[in-house]
Amino acid sequence: MSDIVLVPVLLPAVIAALCLFRGVRLSHWARLLSGGSTLLILASAIALFVSARDGTVSTYELGDWPAPFGIVMVLDRLSALMVLLSSVLGVVVLAHAVLTGLDRRGVHFHPLFQFQLLGINGSFLTGDLFNLFVFFEVLLIASYGLMLHGQGKRRLHAGVKYVIVNLVGSTLFLVAVGLLYGVTGTLNMADMALRVAEAPAGDQALIRVGAQLLIAVFALKAALLPLHLWLPQTYGSTSPAVAALFAILTKAGVYPIIRVTVLIFGAEAGAASFAPAGWMLPAAMLTILAGYLGVLAAGNLRRLAAFGVIGSTGTLLLAVALFTPEGIAAALYYMPHSVLAGGLVFLVTDLVRRGRGEDEDHLRASRPFAGIGQVSALFMLAAIALAGLPPLSGFIGKVLILAASAGAPLAPWIWGAVLGGSFFAILGLARAGSTLFWKVEGEPGAPPLRRRRAETAPAWGLLALVAALALFAGPVTDYAAATSAQLFERTSYIEAVLGAGEERGAGYR
Amino acid sequence: MILSLSIEFLVASGIGVLTAAGVYLTLRTRTFPVVLGIAMLSYAINVFLFAMGRLTVNRPPIYGKDVAEYTDPLPQALVLTAIVISFGMTAFVVVLALRAYLESGSDHVDDGPDEPPPREDGLALPREDRE
Repeated sequence: MSDIVLVPVLLPAVIAALCLFRGVRLSHWARLLSGGSTLLILASAIALFVSARDGTVSTYELGDWPAPFGIVMVLDRLSALMVLLSSVLGVVVLAHAVLTGLDRRGVHFHPLFQFQLLGINGSFLTGDLFNLFVFFEVLLIASYGLMLHGQGKRRLHAGVKYVIVNLVGSTLFLVAVGLLYGVTGTLNMADMALRVAEAPAGDQALIRVGAQLLIAVFALKAALLPLHLWLPQTYGSTSPAVAALFAILTKAGVYPIIRVTVLIFGAEAGAASFAPAGWMLPAAMLTILAGYLGVLAAGNLRRLAAFGVIGSTGTLLLAVALFTPEGIAAALYYMPHSVLAGGLVFLVTDLVRRGRGEDEDHLRASRPFAGIGQVSALFMLAAIALAGLPPLSGFIGKVLILAASAGAPLAPWIWGAVLGGSFFAILGLARAGSTLFWKVEGEPGAPPLRRRRAETAPAWGLLALVAALALFAGPVTDYAAATSAQLFERTSYIEAVLGAGEERGAGYR
Repeated sequence: MILSLSIEFLVASGIGVLTAAGVYLTLRTRTFPVVLGIAMLSYAINVFLFAMGRLTVNRPPIYGKDVAEYTDPLPQALVLTAIVISFGMTAFVVVLALRAYLESGSDHVDDGPDEPPPREDGLALPREDRE
């Protein structure tokens, strides 16, 4: 079983290299290889998910180097869930890109897509802090390429900013990792958790600084206010299908916040214990409001969707920032919803753009287009999912988050932020929908692009998943609660990586 | 003692100067100084990472049975990785900045070409007014 942990990381690396060959990259082979690889990754992610469901933590030691010295891949409930999410989204987005012909607008779409999956899955599976940095870089450089895919002036300009912001973020990441290594002498997360707990009083201030820096870097990836300013322009100027895949990238920032804070800087970490909790909660509340106010103010659908992702991630971070088992459990129910709903809104945006031709996705009156009925139904359902209205899963997620925060000292503010944010989101989405689909007049314009009937299928697929998340809310919340319990218990993770207590003492200390 | 003190002072102030220069340059509005600033920052970080293995002189960077004192080899490996990554990223951002400049004629970081201006305020106008 433990060898399968490597499939979501190794397979895309090999396939990406194959797709780079001159004869392959523009032929049907690239689509076949990339699609087959993405499906296989999904199959392995399902297998990993099933194997982690009973709470076992399995590890894979690269090169068979024992844990604190070598790099280790760790699979527990949380990482299995995240890999499954990224694989599902990968399959849907790839299907959309192939059906709409996006992958033919440049030569390197498929290799970049595979490298993107490699980086995302790797960052979810690794148990080593520096390796996490390396996977983040893989993820980022693939995302630079994907973001620029198709090119154009605006995209290039937004790309420069995106790259520069993330380069500065990577620099800070290295400072934080270096600082933590300098104090604890290890990079393995499980080992660091033990050493941080044992750190002498003199080192605790440095550990706290390292923790804050590290979480700040992850908050930059997760687009937490005030570090969210790069996101609207980046997601708003790239092709919507790529932005749909990027819906998981903000969660690749949320995941390490949960992992690192609970595992390393948990209750036993002295001065660094839950260091980011103090500032993260107010920042998340402001993120929700900024995101959903942006939804109300956006001038086109892509920016609207980008601000929706900010608001949705803010809601997620709000639940995370409580740093209680209930809060994390609520966050882990909201996490799949947030990924799927974010992706869905971007896919629908692409369908709208393709239908409307020269009016693109600007929120202004236009001519009707063929298939507007189906697209408008999709938009309404996607808007319900994003705004968190019943009957879809966003509503359940928000109820769970409100329930988890009921006992918190800031509860009235939290409820106000979540509910007020939802209100603005509903207003913004309703305004956008009525402008796009009701203010149509005149004859249908000539369809500007070759469109296939099947191109709405991936969006319907994502919608079905969001509906399934609401329908099977019972099992999913159970899984989320079990995941949260496993995270806070910590010993099973540490023992799976480093071995049980006595062996550990004899081994390397 | 004096020697080791002076090494620490030199390394620490070197990191400080590089970081200060990097931060200043990164905050400029044109891409070229920003790229230089990021390069400065990454140099500073490389030295910083190296220093995290503690500053020692004349020790082998490897552990052996007959070696009593050695210097930590891991930060050196980390620095190598960081150098490779930052080198690749710098090359990428240089090409990207050049391309953005050549396509749009502007090398400003903060104000790119804006959205194509909406033809009206986003609300409906009669069709003939829009054409």
